[in-house]
Amino acid sequence: MRWILVGIIALCNTVGDVLNTAGMKRQGEAELNPRAVAHMVARIFRNPLVLAGLGALAVAFIALLSLLSISNVSFAVPATAISYLLETLLAKYVLKEKVTWRRWGAASLVAFGVLMLSW
Amino acid sequence: MNSATASEVRKTQLLTLVVIASNVVGNVSLSHGMRQVGKIVSASPLDYARAFANPWTVAGVLVLALWMITDLALLSRADLSFVLPVTASAYVLIALAGHFLLHERISAQRWVAIVVITLGVVLAEETPPRTTEGPPEQLL
Repeated sequence: MRWILVGIIALCNTVGDVLNTAGMKRQGEAELNPRAVAHMVARIFRNPLVLAGLGALAVAFIALLSLLSISNVSFAVPATAISYLLETLLAKYVLKEKVTWRRWGAASLVAFGVLMLSW
Repeated sequence: MNSATASEVRKTQLLTLVVIASNVVGNVSLSHGMRQVGKIVSASPLDYARAFANPWTVAGVLVLALWMITDLALLSRADLSFVLPVTASAYVLIALAGHFLLHERISAQRWVAIVVITLGVVLAEETPPRTTEGPPEQLL
């Protein structure tokens, strides 16, 4: 059960972030004045990609709460670490970002560091 | 590479800082508030509502809402593979805030982890924030 929850968390986190990125890129670059931010938030409610992304993140959060209720925090950490690598992979192949060796190195160091935090 | 103007780059940098800061302030505030509230092991929503009587908890939730909005705004301007490692600096700052503000102990192992994450953040910061042009139409 624990590992199923870890899988659900990693998968939903990844899908959520990728959908959010795709949806927000479609919406266009956000400006920083209050009126533009309010407009951006209003558009999010009509943006199916971002709504689906937020839904996936909500599922990941509920799965995290379930995992925390049956095991300790250190069990939840591998899910976060896997998400970093999985998301970088999808950023390259789905979002077509230029993932250079620096970015792979960055994602790997962060994933490893996050695992170390929980040891 | 993108031919972004200096002011556009500035905006992305500013958003990145707000995303990191709101993540840290929101989590530390929420953590401090929930510790004051005490353990909630209950099926009753009323017990969770009680947590919202604590100003630190309320402040934490509000700041984390701001974090969500600025994170989406940042993703509209920068690559996911840039945002992920760069905003991971929040882990480092949350650990340091826990140590200095909430007096949590940090083991030697955790200090090494903090250094490793920081190296990852620095490596990602060396790359241009956005490497794609226009919307990713190939998705859906």
